[in-house]
Amino acid sequence: MRRFLRPGHDPVRERLKRDLFQFNKTVEHGFPHQPSALGYSPFFRLMAIGTRSGAIKLYGAPGVEFMGLHEENNTVMQIHFIPDQCQLVTLLDDNSLHLWSLKQHKGASELHEEHRFTLKGPPGSPPSATQVTAVLPHSSREVLYLGTESGNIFVVELPSFRVLEDRTITPEAVLQRIPEDNCNRRSCELVEALREHPKNHSQILIGYSRGLIVLWDLQNNKATHHFLGSQQLENLYWQRDGSKFISCHSDGSYTQWPVSSDNRQPEPLENTVPYGPFPCKAISKIYWQTTKNGLPYIIFQGGMPRASYGDRHSISVIHGSQQTAFDFTSRVIDFFIIFSSDPAAEFEDPAALVVLAEEELVVIDLKSAGWPAVHPPYLASLHCSAITCSHHVSNIPLKLWERIISAGSKQNIHYSSMPWPIDGGTNIAPDPPQRDLLLTGHEDGTVRFWDASGVCLHLLYKLSTVRVFLTDADPNDNMNTLGEDEWPPLRKVGTFDPYSDDPRLGIQKIYLCKYSGYLAVAGTAGQVLVMELNDEDAEHVVDHAEADLLQDQEGYRWKGHEKLKTRDGPVRFEAGFQPFVLVQCHPPAVVTSLALHSEWKLVAFGTSHGFGLFDHQQKRLVFVKCTLHPSDQLALEGPLSRVKSLKKSLRQSFRRIRRSRVSSRKRRGGGGNSSEEMELAPVQRKIEARSAEDSFTGFVRTLYFADTFLRDSSRHCPSLWAGTNGGTVYAFCLRVPPAERRMDEPVRAEQAKEIQLMHRAPVVGILVLDGRSTPLPEPLEVAHDLSKSPDMQGSHQLLVVSEEQFKVFTLPKVSSKLKLKLTALEGCRVRKVTVANFGSCKTDDYSENDLAVLTNLGDIQIISLPFLKLQIRYPCIRKEDVSGIASCVFTKYGQGFYLISPSEFERFSLSTKWLVEPRCIVDVPEVTSNNHVHKSGTENATRKSRGPGKTPGDCGEDERKSGRLMEHALLNDEKVLKEIQSTLEGGRGRRDHIPTSPRNRTLSIRIQKLCRKKFGKKSVRTWTK
Amino acid sequence: MGRKNCRCPLLFGAEFRRFSLDRYKPGKFEDFYKLILHIHHIANLEVMIGYADVHGDLLPINNDDNFFKAVSSAHPLLRVFIQRQDEVDYSNFGTNTLSRKKKALVTLRNDNLRRRPHINISMPHDFRPVSSIIDVDILPETHRRVRLYRHGCEKPLGFYIRDGTSVRVTPHGLEKVPGIFISRMVPGGLAESTGLLAVNDEVLEVNGIEVAGKTLDQVTDMMIANSHNLIITVKPANQRNNIIRSSRMSGSSGQSTDSTASHHSLPTSHVLQNFHPDEMESDEEADIVIEGGLEPQHIPKLHSLTSSSLSRINGSSLSHRLQRDLVLNNNSGRESNGNIHKLLSSLKTDPRHSLVIPRGGIEEDGTVITL
Repeated sequence: MRRFLRPGHDPVRERLKRDLFQFNKTVEHGFPHQPSALGYSPFFRLMAIGTRSGAIKLYGAPGVEFMGLHEENNTVMQIHFIPDQCQLVTLLDDNSLHLWSLKQHKGASELHEEHRFTLKGPPGSPPSATQVTAVLPHSSREVLYLGTESGNIFVVELPSFRVLEDRTITPEAVLQRIPEDNCNRRSCELVEALREHPKNHSQILIGYSRGLIVLWDLQNNKATHHFLGSQQLENLYWQRDGSKFISCHSDGSYTQWPVSSDNRQPEPLENTVPYGPFPCKAISKIYWQTTKNGLPYIIFQGGMPRASYGDRHSISVIHGSQQTAFDFTSRVIDFFIIFSSDPAAEFEDPAALVVLAEEELVVIDLKSAGWPAVHPPYLASLHCSAITCSHHVSNIPLKLWERIISAGSKQNIHYSSMPWPIDGGTNIAPDPPQRDLLLTGHEDGTVRFWDASGVCLHLLYKLSTVRVFLTDADPNDNMNTLGEDEWPPLRKVGTFDPYSDDPRLGIQKIYLCKYSGYLAVAGTAGQVLVMELNDEDAEHVVDHAEADLLQDQEGYRWKGHEKLKTRDGPVRFEAGFQPFVLVQCHPPAVVTSLALHSEWKLVAFGTSHGFGLFDHQQKRLVFVKCTLHPSDQLALEGPLSRVKSLKKSLRQSFRRIRRSRVSSRKRRGGGGNSSEEMELAPVQRKIEARSAEDSFTGFVRTLYFADTFLRDSSRHCPSLWAGTNGGTVYAFCLRVPPAERRMDEPVRAEQAKEIQLMHRAPVVGILVLDGRSTPLPEPLEVAHDLSKSPDMQGSHQLLVVSEEQFKVFTLPKVSSKLKLKLTALEGCRVRKVTVANFGSCKTDDYSENDLAVLTNLGDIQIISLPFLKLQIRYPCIRKEDVSGIASCVFTKYGQGFYLISPSEFERFSLSTKWLVEPRCIVDVPEVTSNNHVHKSGTENATRKSRGPGKTPGDCGEDERKSGRLMEHALLNDEKVLKEIQSTLEGGRGRRDHIPTSPRNRTLSIRIQKLCRKKFGKKSVRTWTK
Repeated sequence: MGRKNCRCPLLFGAEFRRFSLDRYKPGKFEDFYKLILHIHHIANLEVMIGYADVHGDLLPINNDDNFFKAVSSAHPLLRVFIQRQDEVDYSNFGTNTLSRKKKALVTLRNDNLRRRPHINISMPHDFRPVSSIIDVDILPETHRRVRLYRHGCEKPLGFYIRDGTSVRVTPHGLEKVPGIFISRMVPGGLAESTGLLAVNDEVLEVNGIEVAGKTLDQVTDMMIANSHNLIITVKPANQRNNIIRSSRMSGSSGQSTDSTASHHSLPTSHVLQNFHPDEMESDEEADIVIEGGLEPQHIPKLHSLTSSSLSRINGSSLSHRLQRDLVLNNNSGRESNGNIHKLLSSLKTDPRHSLVIPRGGIEEDGTVITL
């Protein structure tokens, strides 16, 4: 390292580096791992999701997202938005409450934690006394009601979290007005639900766990009504007019209760067990939504018959005679209903049901017939089947982009056409600079195409390779469950399906040529499929070939899985990528490397046994090469023995632990435990040079096509390069017939070179640099005028990247020219390497190619080309996060993705120029601190004023400065503007008592600036008059 | 250039002969020497006989023992090199024969010995160095810098390392810090056979880079990456065998010399003094490049090989390399001698020519861990 960070480096270069490189983790794509809580603000139309790791994420319109992280890393139990405020309260499992707010900073909203608070009981009281079970933010926005396990309801002032002790609602106070024969002290244990009366803000409904429900009058501090439920209470919900409410219970029943002034102890109106008569599971949450046509929607979670459907995760919707139980593949965390938020509206008229399940978000359109699902623009479940590999393609040509979208839209016809209902906030991020595709391969044999251009990772198209093969799975499996007279009326929703029918179908490598639309996909059982994009459905036979990578080596027996059986005869494929060639490797080991050259119409593939080249134009295998080392110990014994030895070592270490436990227990009598540490043999590592006899040396790690000088310096020719785990590089000279005779003459290949790196480390990357030391362009890139043609005058260079070092060789005579030893100097190894183009953020005309490298320690290093100088290093992934490091993909423009959980990609950027990150704004009514002043008066006004600002086209640069002000300014009404100023000054003035306070002055200067920007000088003049 | 070769068709335009010997009763060296002289009609010359061992290193034959060893190591061919006594460059024997540049240390030693009369016992330079202590002059007495030479020899490096804690003297008193220690020696391994490293020695540096702050895995990777020329600086657990320097105050920092718990800061410059890294790189890593297509699957099994078929295969591939090497280097005597070694070693290191799958042995399961 010291050699590369020598002092006295070039200051010009240092400055340039600052203009080129910058590390940022920009956005998390996908579905939050282990969600634990859900919240929704109907006023802002923002949804909040909390996770078990203490993260909180807010989502609004596509592109509007915020993230916060609790310091405690505790599970978020509940999320509550403060009514009509950009504030929310979270309850963690350590019983702490946190107040978060969205504030504008530098023109964009940001989520910040403002206060934290833990309810403290009187000294000596048990912890259950203050264990919060229910939270009710009151519509006055001044106080929070906190129901506890003890039955006490504490009142806490906002935002200071000061406990208003005189207002605490104790069980004793509640029981005062209730006849004692019905209730005792125990009826008031554990507050299960708190609901504010929809019309009368001074009344709250308190539901205790044992079934007692009390309507509490806040002004008079007394219970006005009480309702005696016979069953354990789960939740409560008010009818909109406040004349009735509904309670749901642990026995799977729900009950309607009337609330009238004359009857203080009413009897239930109706008690229903929707999935009775057999014992049912609890209904844990219920909504009652009124509609214009009079038939209410009753929507509840759970309640399934315990014996036969108790394991289902369901949410039922009942509307008149329609009833559906939506059946989720993972546990339901929580749900909410999106309905008319206008408080003046007579009916709720529910529009959508939003369900947060453990592994996905499902939104059901309740307005359309049949209640179809809505295709979410974000929060995609990346892991509907486990991700096995990913591939990123930058800058997709518009034509291909449109074709993929049209293929995808044909798959999405069963989705509702409803616009995304959670649409709060405004996305003010600039449009993504280019169209990027992220392709993920999955365990179930599918490839998903994601729009990775912007903040929202959005599924464009899903490709399945299963159809080519004969599998055990019955394709009609899902159809059978859709019977007409089924009871309960279950309906499967969502896409999360982690169960793979056949692990051999798993996708391991993907290569897409964005110019030709050729796609190569390779999988776990040695299958390689070449596909073409077709806009129409088609039925055709997939040509099938087998590549014997062992080439009749004797004495070899494959003990692994069998190859996949292919379907005979023509297969029907839907529009999109349709396979036309299938190559199956023998033995059917997992494909470890793949390369496609769309111009030469060749596909190369490698496994742990060797590699092969297939001509997909003539559908002919060109050659295969066995790389298997004959004395490969693992291959000799078979990996089974390794599994055995792993078992053995595990057993041994368990024994050792047990022995040490026993001995330490024995020793406790004697006292000394100094030798205890010695007995546990420490982790040790063997120091041994790599040798040809090591295992899996033949494992093909990388394949690369290049048109370069392989034989002599006068003639260049197509070539195929392969690098193995044992540090060997093979180069084959290819003869591809010219286009006019492409079908007539065979493609020929001849081994031209074999390079054995002495350090024998796995070769992870091969690259040829042209005469200008620029990496050779991709196939067809030059033909599409998207790249300069490579310099074939100057001498080419070969860059071989092994896990341990980078090495540049001359071509055609391979002699070492330059190297950078990474492992010998730093003790880290290369895991991923890509060439990335970095543009300067200062000047448009400068850009350079560098290597982006991810090491096994999770560091990212940028290494210059062709001189292999370390430019910069950033810590990115924790070194313990092996799957994160293994999943990392770099883009061609210095960004990257890696999995932070099975369902989430973290996006990062190394470039100053290409940065995709959320930038959004949520208009906040200015009622944060002095809300009581404006409380009733301005509320409606501000709400109405949100209208124009919400259309996306209107958001300009200025709006970032002050959202609400500019909305008024957009009306081009100077009077309104003056009014704003006066109210602002008035508001401030009242508090400051000095009209010309400095704060006031800066405020008016800001308004002036805003006006100048929007209206030009003229309006400023009129305004200043 | 009086080198001649027996039983192997390999030499630079010089003579080569092939003859057979009884593997189990090769006879005495004296007789063999006479036979050689007779076959080559050079009875009047003083010659030095050498042979290529299984590692591709050129080793001398000058007494009964190493003659017997040479014959027994032949399978089935033994390449014998004959050189005029007065032209013998001892530095070519034994040492890292992969190397192109000669280490100053070795040449220095040989200069004094070169003109000595020939004695028929093995001299120090007849052996490959396997280890050495270096930089004694700049290191604190409590530390030892050991260089392990590994030239593709079969002997494994043969040691294990572990995490541990080490006690350091700091301005604030004694302090426990994490350290890396040697945890186990493989019997018969290179590390054990040197006698310079021992279990519980603390590893301080690997090829001039401090290991402090690095994880066990990192240090493992560094050692493996440097395995062909590993230089480790240790603080031996047993401090009694340290070299005591005469009057000079110990070490660089003059801190406590208490042998068990003392900490000497290493010399500020971490450059290894007797061993420049550039030199290290140039001689260790001769990647082998094979031009042209070699179809390994056509090579017949070794045990059914006739000597003629082997010579054909080797001959054809060698001719490629010979050509290349001869073009690469100016044909000074020494360098072309080096080429022989290189060829031999590359022959050895290219496994396809010597190793073939044993019958019936290989099985494999499909579960392969993908990275």
